[in-house]
Amino acid sequence: MLEALLNFEILRNTFYTGLIVGLLAPLLGTFIVVRRLSLISDGLSHVTLAGISFGLLMQKKYTLLMLTPFHTGIFFSVLGAIVIENLRHVYKSFQEIAIPITLSIGVGLSVVFIALADGINTDIYAYLFGSVAAVSRADLYVVLVTAVFVIIVITFLYKELFALSFDEEFATVSGIRAKIIHYLFIIMTALVIAASIRIVGVLLVSALMTLPVATAMRLAKSFKQTIIFSIIYGETSVIIGLITGYYFEIPPGGTIVIIAAILLALTLLIKKWYSAYIYRG
Amino acid sequence: MSHLIEVNNVTHRYDHHKVLEDVSFTITEGDFVGLVGPNGSGKTTIIKLMLGLEKVQKGSITAFNKPIEKFHNKGHISFVSQKANSFSRDFPATAKEVVSMGLTTKASVWRPTTKKYEYLIFEALDRVNMLKYANHNIGDLSGGQQQRIFIARAIVNNPKLLILDEPTVGVDTENVEQFYQLLSQLNRELGITLILVSHDIGTITTHVNDLLCLNKSVHYHGNPNDFENMTDEQRSIIYGHTMNTITHHH
Repeated sequence: MLEALLNFEILRNTFYTGLIVGLLAPLLGTFIVVRRLSLISDGLSHVTLAGISFGLLMQKKYTLLMLTPFHTGIFFSVLGAIVIENLRHVYKSFQEIAIPITLSIGVGLSVVFIALADGINTDIYAYLFGSVAAVSRADLYVVLVTAVFVIIVITFLYKELFALSFDEEFATVSGIRAKIIHYLFIIMTALVIAASIRIVGVLLVSALMTLPVATAMRLAKSFKQTIIFSIIYGETSVIIGLITGYYFEIPPGGTIVIIAAILLALTLLIKKWYSAYIYRG
Repeated sequence: MSHLIEVNNVTHRYDHHKVLEDVSFTITEGDFVGLVGPNGSGKTTIIKLMLGLEKVQKGSITAFNKPIEKFHNKGHISFVSQKANSFSRDFPATAKEVVSMGLTTKASVWRPTTKKYEYLIFEALDRVNMLKYANHNIGDLSGGQQQRIFIARAIVNNPKLLILDEPTVGVDTENVEQFYQLLSQLNRELGITLILVSHDIGTITTHVNDLLCLNKSVHYHGNPNDFENMTDEQRSIIYGHTMNTITHHH
């Protein structure tokens, strides 16, 4: 793949995007997992699919439109994020209900838009499972801007996000503006999901946000370590997954998630053996 | 001594259910206040109102001479919640990281983990005798140790008033006494005004110097010794009949 990487710009774009989402998805994923909101990424990815299908429909009907399905996907994802956060305030005692509501609306809209655009085609297939050759230079720039935005916000608000994830009540009492930070966080999540979809696809994007974190949590001693290990696991899965996907002509969503799952299984096994070894002395 | 909190004629309802009725009291600087009442007596509600977690419906509350609506907490009031005992045990955070959360508002926009903050965190851990557990995972500690970490988190920002909502729930009986001693130390040595919420009047009266009995309205506010010297019957009258069942142990 290395040679191909040097020769084909589109592969290069995919690879760079992969590296960026391999960092961003587990980074945000750590906060999502500890807040027990893992399913939020599934909800948002299906809303993003609705946006993508809408974009494909628009492209087909009005070819002159400047907006690509990637852009409409981002727009829908952010919109879905705002809806989820509002619903979470409406159903205070049943906050998780916000996720199935948005997920089903997302799928419903996708079905309608895909049907109107005359059915499933190869484009949709790439959006569902990811693709090694789907990222244009313009897309890469959008992903880069997203990355800069997310990293700046996390750097500035790390303490607030950490405190809110651990104990919202204490954080609010200490003067942290919970509401605005929650909105900002979920909008970042929406952006990262939209960015990741080109690589891992709608159906598997949530795996990239949760599997590396689940693995890291078994090893890490602190929250910061959890983030660092998650990113290492995320990047490893993306790099190996993209290369194997390219060679075996399998959509990379599948290979990336399988690698992440193998890493999880290995970590659990090694930890179990190690604990047994220590226990026996 | 100035008044840190003034509660004036506060009445509060959830839907149609009245939980507080015409409650008035003041919290004076330096006091160690025991706020007692049976379950459902409105203790948690009055705490939430004082912390600004709920809006005052009727009456008024002032905190540090400012109406509570305009009071922006920059570390003056700190809090140890009942819920601190029910956080997720698998949460991947060290004791040190948990304490650092108490410095969130103090830290400026540019906030590298400077030596000064590290020092404050270690000082708070030392104060609660948990220094050697700094790098332990919070979930691996016992209930009593966790509660000490939450106290450290609450005092790391040097608050003037510390409110503790049923902090001994989940702490073994043998550690409860030590826990009260720690609170008395915070009160005497650091001069932190304390409000300790409890449904267990038995143990609390021996440690606090100001007793506030709440059951929808204030039934008693004053010296805990005077309260102890009353007969059970007198206490029942003050308390309201729902509290008859609570006995006094010594």
